[in-house]
Amino acid sequence: MDGLKRGSAAIVGVAESDLGQVADGMSVTDLMAQGTRRALDDCGLSLKDIDGLFCATAQSRLSVLGFAEYLGIDPKFIGSTIVGGSSFEFHVAHAMGAIALGLCNVAVIAYGSTQRTIGRKQASVREVNPYETPFKPFLPSSAYALAASRHMHQFGTTREQLAAVAVAAREWALLNPKAWEKKPLSIADVLSSRMVSYPFTVRDCCLVTDGGGAIIVTSAERAKSLKKPPAYVLGCGHSVTHANITSMPDLTVTGALTSGKAAYAMAGLGPADVDAVELYDAFTINTILFLEDLGFCKKGEGGAFVSGGRIAPGGSLSVNTNGGGLSYCHPGMYGLLLLIEAVRQLRGECGARQVKDCEVAMAHGNGGVLSSQATVILGTPATL
Amino acid sequence: MPNSPDSPLKTYLDHLTRGELAYQFSPEAGRAVFYPRVICPFTGSDKLEWRISKGLGTVYATTIVHPAEGKPFNVALIDCDEGFRLMSRVEDIAPEQVRIGQRVRFRVHTPSGDDPYPVFTPAEGA
Repeated sequence: MDGLKRGSAAIVGVAESDLGQVADGMSVTDLMAQGTRRALDDCGLSLKDIDGLFCATAQSRLSVLGFAEYLGIDPKFIGSTIVGGSSFEFHVAHAMGAIALGLCNVAVIAYGSTQRTIGRKQASVREVNPYETPFKPFLPSSAYALAASRHMHQFGTTREQLAAVAVAAREWALLNPKAWEKKPLSIADVLSSRMVSYPFTVRDCCLVTDGGGAIIVTSAERAKSLKKPPAYVLGCGHSVTHANITSMPDLTVTGALTSGKAAYAMAGLGPADVDAVELYDAFTINTILFLEDLGFCKKGEGGAFVSGGRIAPGGSLSVNTNGGGLSYCHPGMYGLLLLIEAVRQLRGECGARQVKDCEVAMAHGNGGVLSSQATVILGTPATL
Repeated sequence: MPNSPDSPLKTYLDHLTRGELAYQFSPEAGRAVFYPRVICPFTGSDKLEWRISKGLGTVYATTIVHPAEGKPFNVALIDCDEGFRLMSRVEDIAPEQVRIGQRVRFRVHTPSGDDPYPVFTPAEGA
């Protein structure tokens, strides 16, 4: 991203809040605070060090105010950009800019959702669009299904290839003790599950869980003396192409093309340099679209690319190593959890699912109905 | 400057009530604009003309929604011949028979007690 300097900031602390199904009465701010406490412990900083505060949630209109009140701080800099699940990848770039300008030095980016315990209808109130609502699309699923229909029509992508994305995510999830799903999944299982919005069955769609967490971003200078090796922000990019699916210019090409180019240019890296790829898999088509638009394969070849275990554990490209939104956790806006996994992979903390010699990791967030895209490329100290 | 007498939505719905699918045309951009709005997204100009579509289009994308209760139904994106896209559904055929590239024709659907909206039916050869 123009104006940001490669490696000038780093993610130094990461933590999930409680995940899956949290205790009754737990609020989104409880989860953000829980993530913050754990992320501070992860890096050795304390609450009084925090002078930048970022959060986003569909469940609280003035969320950053409630979060600041809860923590008992009056931060020098705040941000609550909310563009769906990619909000937190946007926040990383905003925090990096604020730190570079001296507006703050230690920023927390937090998220929380209780959509499973309170129900999706309560957690995310649908807005009426007079040009779409009368047709009763099951949103967001139907919007992504429309994109999948185009991909299948133009490139011959099959339901089996979509299912291969869900199967790979499940295989990674089985290596992650924190993953919601605990049982193996086959392509046949995906195809024979309950249909939601053709071509998607419920297994082509992300989980509906509670969850959240926090990450701590600080200057490269400050990052050097903390508990764990910093994950330097090497590149950032974003793109906003539409809000409603009817206005998406081409349903087979996402803003990840633009966000990826910007992030690669800033990092001075390309797809071949990325060791761990964390992509926002709200639906199986997402992984295919983003692998194409971020340059891991050619446009139209994503379906073949994900087949045969290529993105599963032991495959040639490590994609969604925590099990993804499809099998690990999807608390409404999943983007923060992508960043947490990318940092842990760079630190070598991932146990059975650890990607070997992981030096560069990508977290790519998606929001709305393929509407907002944001790419963050992170690297170990060796990549600086 | 006086306030606008009608919203873009009101004008659109008034046309639908008369059985017409209306869209806007931006003379400066030389292209159609949809959904209706107060400025052109291609030029920023507030000079937008209302035009009436011939009502013919092509299915651009399609899905079948399987609701928790009730029968599956179609949701489609339709590219109208005048160069604008809208969400709708294709009626008179089973939802699984709706296919990308299919030619379709507009008609008005008026739910009881609610605003009218445009739906489409197959138009082979049109």
